[in-house]
Amino acid sequence: MALSLKMPEFLIKRQADTCSKCLLCVKQCANKVHYYDEKKDSVLSVDTNCVGCHRCAAVCPTRSIYILRYPLEFRRNAYWTEEAITSIYKQAESGGILLAGMGSDRDYPIYWDKMLINASQVTNPSIDPLREPMELKTFLGRRPKTVVVEEKEIKGEIPPKLELEVPIMFAAMSFGAISLNAVKSLAKAAEKEGTYFNTGEGGLHRDLYRYGNNTIVQVASGRFGVHPEYLNAGAAVEIKIGQGAKPGIGGHLPGEKVGEEVSKTRMIPLGSDAISPAPHHDIYSIEDLRQLIFSLKEAMDYKKPVGVKIAAVHNIAAIASGIARAGADFIVIDGFRGGTGAAPKRTRDNVGIPIELALAAVDSRLRDESIRNEVSLVVSGGIRNSADVVKAIALGADAVYIGTAALIALGCHMCQKCYTGKCNWGIATQDPQLTKRLDPEMGAERAANLIRAWKHEIKDMLGGMGINAVESLRGNRLMLRGIGLTDRELKILGIKAAGE
Amino acid sequence: MAVSINLKGLNFKQSGKLLKKAAAHGEKEIELTNVNGQRYIAAGLKGDLRINIYGTPGNDLAAYMDGPEISVMGNAQDGCCNTMNSGRVIINGSVGDIAGYAMRGGELFIRGNAGYRTGIHMKEYKDNVPALVIGGRAGDFLGEYMAGGIIIVLGLGIEPGDEIVGNFCGAGMHGGVMYIRGSAAPHKFGKEVKSVKMEERDYVLLEKYLKQFCDYFNENLKKIMEGSFQKIIPFNKRPYGNLYTPH
Repeated sequence: MALSLKMPEFLIKRQADTCSKCLLCVKQCANKVHYYDEKKDSVLSVDTNCVGCHRCAAVCPTRSIYILRYPLEFRRNAYWTEEAITSIYKQAESGGILLAGMGSDRDYPIYWDKMLINASQVTNPSIDPLREPMELKTFLGRRPKTVVVEEKEIKGEIPPKLELEVPIMFAAMSFGAISLNAVKSLAKAAEKEGTYFNTGEGGLHRDLYRYGNNTIVQVASGRFGVHPEYLNAGAAVEIKIGQGAKPGIGGHLPGEKVGEEVSKTRMIPLGSDAISPAPHHDIYSIEDLRQLIFSLKEAMDYKKPVGVKIAAVHNIAAIASGIARAGADFIVIDGFRGGTGAAPKRTRDNVGIPIELALAAVDSRLRDESIRNEVSLVVSGGIRNSADVVKAIALGADAVYIGTAALIALGCHMCQKCYTGKCNWGIATQDPQLTKRLDPEMGAERAANLIRAWKHEIKDMLGGMGINAVESLRGNRLMLRGIGLTDRELKILGIKAAGE
Repeated sequence: MAVSINLKGLNFKQSGKLLKKAAAHGEKEIELTNVNGQRYIAAGLKGDLRINIYGTPGNDLAAYMDGPEISVMGNAQDGCCNTMNSGRVIINGSVGDIAGYAMRGGELFIRGNAGYRTGIHMKEYKDNVPALVIGGRAGDFLGEYMAGGIIIVLGLGIEPGDEIVGNFCGAGMHGGVMYIRGSAAPHKFGKEVKSVKMEERDYVLLEKYLKQFCDYFNENLKKIMEGSFQKIIPFNKRPYGNLYTPH
């Protein structure tokens, strides 16, 4: 066999004196890192197979496993980095497109961390959320230009809305990319917390129809599992044009992941690749998009909002304006940090723009055109905590989607190997031995806890600003100040510098 | 007795409302007259009713439709049977682009020609096998990314020098089958498909759909079946399985 230049990423150290040889690590690792050597009567490991998911370390009853970065120093080179070199080794061996999981991990600026939130001091009192009511309720959908009220009743038709108890929803992740137990966890958590989860483009499993009131169903280019019952099962429909992790390209769910249940839900044969091409072949223009939006509205009798999800790209402001005018009830913008089950690495790491800048640009453009009030804005792509949520809303978002953060709540350790189908945490896999590790009840509890924790924190920060309703924070960029940003960046974000 | 709805001067929303109302009222035979480009007719409509359309329906006729049978006494425009689930659509004329996009069940019979990107993304699952029969010829990208179902192109009445299918026929195809009467040049096809020998069961399948075709459009089944057929299938159901390398 030819010499492989691939080296391990991690080094496994086992404390021989405390290891009880229970072999739990051997059983638990789908990557076959650990094995028992009878002759030596000890547990050994194949470092090369380790992806750094920490499953073994977490289950080890005696805490005898340490996972370290593999000590392999390349000669220092600011240009030819380790990543640059090892990528070439891999491609020279396989001739394939480099595949990556989760959002871009590259060292690009994080604008969330360059914005600071305001608080009240003396001149306007802050509000104590422990004693006073704080309103986080958010409605997503089209607003009519005028509302006529006669005898306490609204006259005329009000377009359909989504009602959120908290401006945080679970982002589109398909059954196929993640396990049914993971989807169930998010569905239950959404129901508990009065928000929504999104089916992604993989159809809706039979077991999930009961969560319909908390479901946003997605229609993507592959139209997997899209039929009238599916469209009407959810509370809203989202047309997926693009995704932040891979703007401009489609997706392939590999045949290995298309088992019995996925096949049934996507309505494609067992073991067949599920190919979502880059464009919807019936949408080549804003006018065509309008047609898909209205064909869906007709099919659902105008009873449910229809949104459009796009990736944050260079001309995002003009595109979003077109989408608003095409009749979308809400627009979802997914930034370049957005997660994915699988994306070509070079696309993930080099295509698209940060969500913070995209959001500010879109909100400003829609305001300039006096149509911001007609459409709701949802942003996603790397929302990590409640402060990111507050900053997003102050920049102009109505609500956010969380995907990666929700999966981390379920136990994801960000090893970024989602595309292998061997997720030891039972999330990004369809292997029944692995998926059973994620109990949907427990998963729901954890995801709901995360939403509740963020809710408290958002209320705290709102109160600190002297604001008692999230509605008053929306697009309120005076509540933000930039730190370490250029004039140009401050201008795009529409905020002042700290100290101004 | 068929109930008749006159769509003269009505927009798509008004037209849709009238049709849905009639369907909800339990009408089994509905006639739409003076149809003049109204989009989304019968979009998402369910049930076992028949609709006869006089005039030219607009884009996305029978999109997401689930059950009804529609006859169009004329041409249809783009997106006919887009993501249709079940039912039957019979076009006594030609259709525009992307007919049968992501069609997942049901049947579409076109007497004349079909435009570009016809039958792309068609899918099948167990008993849901969509079928699309084109009497004349089809434009470029016929059956692109096709993942299931049956496409039949007959080439009836095409002019000498006209090609029965356009370029990139079956590009990215990874499921389903296409039957092309006569033959098309090898360079017309995508690199993911191959031409294979017709078998007995292929003729049985063809006859099932062509008998219907001949009934609807008053054609001669025997004469059509006499011609030779080219059967096109994908090399495999995972055309891009070896494209990637783990990082």
